[in-house]
Amino acid sequence: MLADFNFRVILEYLPLFLTGLRSTFLISIVSIGLAIATGIIACACRISGIRLIKYPAIAYIEIVRSTPLLVQIYFLYFGLPTLGIRVPEIQTGILALMLNSGAYIAEIIRAGINSVEPGQIEAGVSSGLNYIQRMRFIILPQALGVTVPPLLGQAIVLVKDSALLSLISVAELTRAGQTLTSERFMPSEAFFTVAFFYMCIYFCLKALADWSQRKLIFREAY
Amino acid sequence: MMAFYFSRLVEIFPFFLKGLWMTSKVAFISLVTCTLLGFILGIFRSGKNKIVKRVIGFYVAFVRGTPFVVQVFIIFFILPEWGMQLKAFPAALLAMGIMGSAFICEIVAGGISSISKGQWEAAAASGLNLVQQLRWVILPQAMKVILPPLVGQYVLLIKDTSVVSVIGVMELTRVGWVTVVRIPEGLMVFSLVGALYFVISYPLILLSNYLEQKMAV
Repeated sequence: MLADFNFRVILEYLPLFLTGLRSTFLISIVSIGLAIATGIIACACRISGIRLIKYPAIAYIEIVRSTPLLVQIYFLYFGLPTLGIRVPEIQTGILALMLNSGAYIAEIIRAGINSVEPGQIEAGVSSGLNYIQRMRFIILPQALGVTVPPLLGQAIVLVKDSALLSLISVAELTRAGQTLTSERFMPSEAFFTVAFFYMCIYFCLKALADWSQRKLIFREAY
Repeated sequence: MMAFYFSRLVEIFPFFLKGLWMTSKVAFISLVTCTLLGFILGIFRSGKNKIVKRVIGFYVAFVRGTPFVVQVFIIFFILPEWGMQLKAFPAALLAMGIMGSAFICEIVAGGISSISKGQWEAAAASGLNLVQQLRWVILPQAMKVILPPLVGQYVLLIKDTSVVSVIGVMELTRVGWVTVVRIPEGLMVFSLVGALYFVISYPLILLSNYLEQKMAV
């Protein structure tokens, strides 16, 4: 069982794991950045009064939230070539992660905006501020603080979701484990190492999320 | 060409329904087991025994800290090494059970901790034993907090069943993956797969939204 756990093979494959870890890092950072941008745009469309952009935004958010990420990844991976778009797997993967997390982030931001009391908006209206000024000076400063902990939660989800990209042969952390399994057939060494690296990322992000949550509670108390 | 592929797709549609049936089977069995186990673990997690709490906490951290695909691989590849041969379907159920229980455990523990201490004390003072306290006083109140995220978690669990396709369970995503080799219209095939998932999970999303609004008041 664990007695014949082979640490030597892990050391031998450590460069592979570390390159995988680096790709997971890069993929996650790029995707979360793009996803936040997508989320902001989708949320702005979602809460706007113009039907022509509101309903497509609702459709996008609801479709993404009610289908599995793996299906979305395959949809793009097998679907883009039929449209004549041929891009490397890693870009397809980042696109999928971006679209997926973007929908969740749009809902997180919307919840943040809704958490601002209506009285604040009325006060803004009666101070003679227009819509953009109210957003800029009253709603967003209060809403953004609330969105930080769930955004970090979404970042945790995204890092874990990026493991699915190994299924379209993107060379990231989980793929490194698959490579070790297929070359040496040592699945426990391979996947416990992979799990260990993911746990490290998870604990860092979790500590950050908890810290931001505490900060927020602290701020609300005063 | 597209029309040709479309008619091929209509021809093999029963195959997709079979996949949908498999997905529903995996989802239903794992939702029931995860709810039961999750509630039991959640109650123990909010109990007083420190060792039990630590062990559950470690298990939850492992499940939440690693991707579900990695967990599926660990179960499917490593259990045989330890002398337990599992077919794909039971392995999938085991992986879903382990993953889902951890998430539901956290939701339940969160719900129970939202109940003030006075309620426990009042229940104890009324002469109820621990099980009665939970059954009649704590859980009915905690359910208000538990229910909306629980239904949300159900949606996530249903979607996560797609991941077990990697070990060859013939569910909806796997059916799409097999089909796309013969009908090279990725957009069409996976739109169909997505639409079938949408049919199961969207009603639950609506239910979750409704519960959230209702419980908030």
